[in-house]
Amino acid sequence: MNLLRSATLLRHLALTLLAGFALYLLSLELDPFRNFQLATVAAYLCATAGLTVLTGLSGQLSLGHGALMAVGAYTVALCQNTLAEHDVTGNGVLPLSLLAGVLVTMAAGFVIGLAAARLRGPYLAGVTLAVAVAVPAATVTFDELFNSEQGLGVYVEPPPLSLGPYFPNERWQAWIALLGALLTMLLLANLVRGRFGRTLRAVRDDEVAARLSGIDVARAQVQAFVVSAAGAGLGGGLLAVLAQSVSPGAFSLTLSLFLLMAVVIGGLGSLSGAVWGALLLVALPDLAHQVSSGLVASSPAAAQRLEGNLPLLVFGLTLIVVMIAMPGGVQGLLHRVTGWARRRLPSR
Amino acid sequence: MDRFVFLTFDGLSKGAVLAAFALALVLIWRAARIVNFAQGAMAVAAAYAAYTVTTATGSYWLGLLAALVGGLLLGALVERAVMRFVDHRSPLAEVIVALGLVLVVQAALGMVYGNEFRAAAAPFSRTALEVGGVPLLSRYDLFVFGAVLLVLLGLALLFTRTGVGLRMRAAAFAPEVSRLLGVNVGGMLTLGWALASAVGALAAMLVLPTELGLHPHAMDLVFVSAFTAAVVGGLDSPPGAVVGGLSVGLILSYVSGYLGSDVTPMAVLALLLVVLLVRPGGLFAATVARQA
Amino acid sequence: MNRLMRRTLAIATAAALLTAAAACSDDGQTPPAGVEVPGVTATEIVVGTHMPLTGPASAGYSEIAPASKAYFDYVNANGGVNGRKITYKIMDDGYNPANTQTVVRQLVLQDKVFAILNGLGTPTHSGVLDFLKTNRVPDLFVASGSRNWNQPDKYPGTFGFNTDYTVEGKILATHVKANFAGKKTCFFGQDDDFGRDSLVGVEAVLGAGAVVAKEKYVVTNQNVAPQIGALKAAGCEVVVLATVPGFTALSVGTAARLGFRPQWVVSNVGSDYQTLSKLLGEGKVLLEGVVGASNLPAPLDLNDPWTAMFKKIHDKYNGSAPFNGNTVYGMSVAYTFVQALQNAGKDLTREGLLAAVEKNGFTGPGYAPFRYSKTDHSGYGGYRLTKIEAGTQVFFGPVYTTDDTPTSPVTEYPTPRPTPPAVTLP
Repeated sequence: MNLLRSATLLRHLALTLLAGFALYLLSLELDPFRNFQLATVAAYLCATAGLTVLTGLSGQLSLGHGALMAVGAYTVALCQNTLAEHDVTGNGVLPLSLLAGVLVTMAAGFVIGLAAARLRGPYLAGVTLAVAVAVPAATVTFDELFNSEQGLGVYVEPPPLSLGPYFPNERWQAWIALLGALLTMLLLANLVRGRFGRTLRAVRDDEVAARLSGIDVARAQVQAFVVSAAGAGLGGGLLAVLAQSVSPGAFSLTLSLFLLMAVVIGGLGSLSGAVWGALLLVALPDLAHQVSSGLVASSPAAAQRLEGNLPLLVFGLTLIVVMIAMPGGVQGLLHRVTGWARRRLPSR
Repeated sequence: MDRFVFLTFDGLSKGAVLAAFALALVLIWRAARIVNFAQGAMAVAAAYAAYTVTTATGSYWLGLLAALVGGLLLGALVERAVMRFVDHRSPLAEVIVALGLVLVVQAALGMVYGNEFRAAAAPFSRTALEVGGVPLLSRYDLFVFGAVLLVLLGLALLFTRTGVGLRMRAAAFAPEVSRLLGVNVGGMLTLGWALASAVGALAAMLVLPTELGLHPHAMDLVFVSAFTAAVVGGLDSPPGAVVGGLSVGLILSYVSGYLGSDVTPMAVLALLLVVLLVRPGGLFAATVARQA
Repeated sequence: MNRLMRRTLAIATAAALLTAAAACSDDGQTPPAGVEVPGVTATEIVVGTHMPLTGPASAGYSEIAPASKAYFDYVNANGGVNGRKITYKIMDDGYNPANTQTVVRQLVLQDKVFAILNGLGTPTHSGVLDFLKTNRVPDLFVASGSRNWNQPDKYPGTFGFNTDYTVEGKILATHVKANFAGKKTCFFGQDDDFGRDSLVGVEAVLGAGAVVAKEKYVVTNQNVAPQIGALKAAGCEVVVLATVPGFTALSVGTAARLGFRPQWVVSNVGSDYQTLSKLLGEGKVLLEGVVGASNLPAPLDLNDPWTAMFKKIHDKYNGSAPFNGNTVYGMSVAYTFVQALQNAGKDLTREGLLAAVEKNGFTGPGYAPFRYSKTDHSGYGGYRLTKIEAGTQVFFGPVYTTDDTPTSPVTEYPTPRPTPPAVTLP
């Protein structure tokens, strides 16, 4: 049993190192803008992975993860700026700020989780919805700290000089974000494979049965919220670092809803679904722009109405179709396709 | 004191429109056991139908009729074409599909009507009658109160006095048993959706003149307040929705008046948390706290 | 086991190939190739912008960039600037600062634009200032009246376009002081830099104690009755509004509902009659007598030579869109930008463009002059007042100029605008 567990851990570690190496090579190849997009995917991945654990594994719905990301982002911003004001700089500072962001968000997740453990279905959705609206509003109420709608700048060190004077900043950002995302995936994958994951699945599938077999359901649900919040906090913190700024408009209700939709379309069944979700969040606006800029040439008036609306329409339809026809999302579909292919093409 | 009286009446008139929308949420909850997160977007779509008719004919009342009929049809369509196929065992699926619907409806409206705000006409004067220099209620507010009361009475009659209402509740609570007893469960669901959507359309028609106007996103924030109202009153109870609506309206008005308009989202969250943690079934829950 | 082996082998091979490829790429020790100016060739200048084209904040604003583009199309049809045609890349950010981050990076890093022009919004644009500075991209004519754009030491490449909110507050208050002396004056503003800066300006002229009641709103709460009710209860006779159009309409509508009819004095952002009358519908009669401020010609006044010129260009290149204040604004931005390009000369560089803007000397449709200099990067330095009379918005009185220092005086600006160049439609 012990051997088996350490084998899983080793396998995850090896996979993470391999993925890290491949992504490192990828970051060398990409131009600065693609590296920035890669960094953004990585930042979103922290949040979508956390949400997948919460919604996919423990069956709790959160419409407020964008707000949790805001908590992480603002914490990182305040830490970075306060430290820089006191002339505490250097590349060791950022990990500390990010850690602070994660911890503060976990605390926020704990509070929401306490309430969430007593609520189900639509009630939970409603409370988290109110959280998603209330947190950005708080930046206006406490504007002396958060500077209202305009937000805060975030002090971020430039890439270390040892990398060379012309080292692209975006590649450095990609490395930071990827490191965070890989760490998140590694930790979550181990957690999900272990006792914690089994407990959550038991709670999700049948609360009564879980309770009968000695599981403290409320405790498990609060834990799920805390773990999930950690991912969101790190994701938000990384976004703040990438943008070198934070503002409430970036963490609106729309972000919360899009995060949920992304993990659903990606596939709630496994952490790999979160990767698809994060990719989707970055790729969708890009695709939308390409479609609409193609239309501008043919008819500017029509393009103005379609721009932005068309991708939302497609996104909404996809969401409905995925939910009805393939609840496993992209990852589930891939799984089925590979399974089918494997059966069709027996191993030589 | 004048300030308090003024804020009270402002809160009541705001609360009445929230109550109307909360009633729509209660109706769909009773008929299908789901919270329809797309209710706001669907209601806006119906209001656009009203806008089109009113612009063409010049009559507010024909527009209102168009909104109600449009709401009925849209509700039935959504149930028949989408919701029927959703896995009802997990509330997750229903919420997410509803969010998908929100995107589709808002995008479609944006494409057809553009992203401009359009003025929403009110059928009666909104100028408040003054007593002792303090503006209290307007004729429009009285119209809203009347409409809410009418819907409340209608729902009470439907669910307690008619066979259809009884079958609707049965179909929602115990679909399998109802089917065995010969209730047309599918038909009841469609009817429930259609009625709820029509009430939602009415609510949108009542809300819009009090806000910025008609826009694909016009009901987004109203939805959050109305949902809070419905939960405060207990999702199961129409009178609860009205009381919930009025309380939320009052609290928002007091908070905005005494603390500042930026504090209201936090007040909504606090209210929701307090009510749900103290009385998970809402203030008017008839049964023991129901968890799903 | 066999399968695992094969997979591992495949991945290892791929990794080796990638490493080989990576070895050939630059390692940060050499400067990026190419010394030519980004976005500029012998025949083209690529410029980009970020605007809300979709979402709730896009109402009205979505018409600005297409109008600028239409003006550039007109310039291009007449041979461009120094033989170079202007390509204007418009990116939708939906007024979401997170999207602004992405689209501006796309414009700068991928599309390699020469400059960012007229990026719209305070919260959105504030977030990209550092990025644009690091990449040395000229950041011209930001579409907002925030004083953030005027930080030449910190952001040497950023220039505002709109008259800033403090200057505006001072000018509106000057009108109040001259015409409504002794009346109870109050203030209602947005709870951010817009409202705050404007209030600073108003109090600078009227005196800190002279504003009897001050109320604020947030855009997410559309019930302004508690605030307007407080203004009524305070007995306000003149109310200065620092509001966006939707909230001007809500304020005026709500006040009428409460039987409260003060003299409204409204900031430029929220005083466009066409926009307001659309929002108020039949309630637009309430707008009679509202005092506003503007610096650009009225779109309905075709007797104004600049409006007439823009209308001609609009009809040819922007036909299906409405012609309104946003159109005039977009064209004025484009007109000024073309002037800056011309002044920067044939050998166009980013430094040359910035120097040309700092040298100033621009003329055009605006009543007040630009404040641009080496030490001042804010946009227009003044306003002329407008009044809504019998369903149209008309200018009255002199053009006022001042700056955002509370103590500096508000002065009249006597120099009239030049006549526009003749339009030659090919």
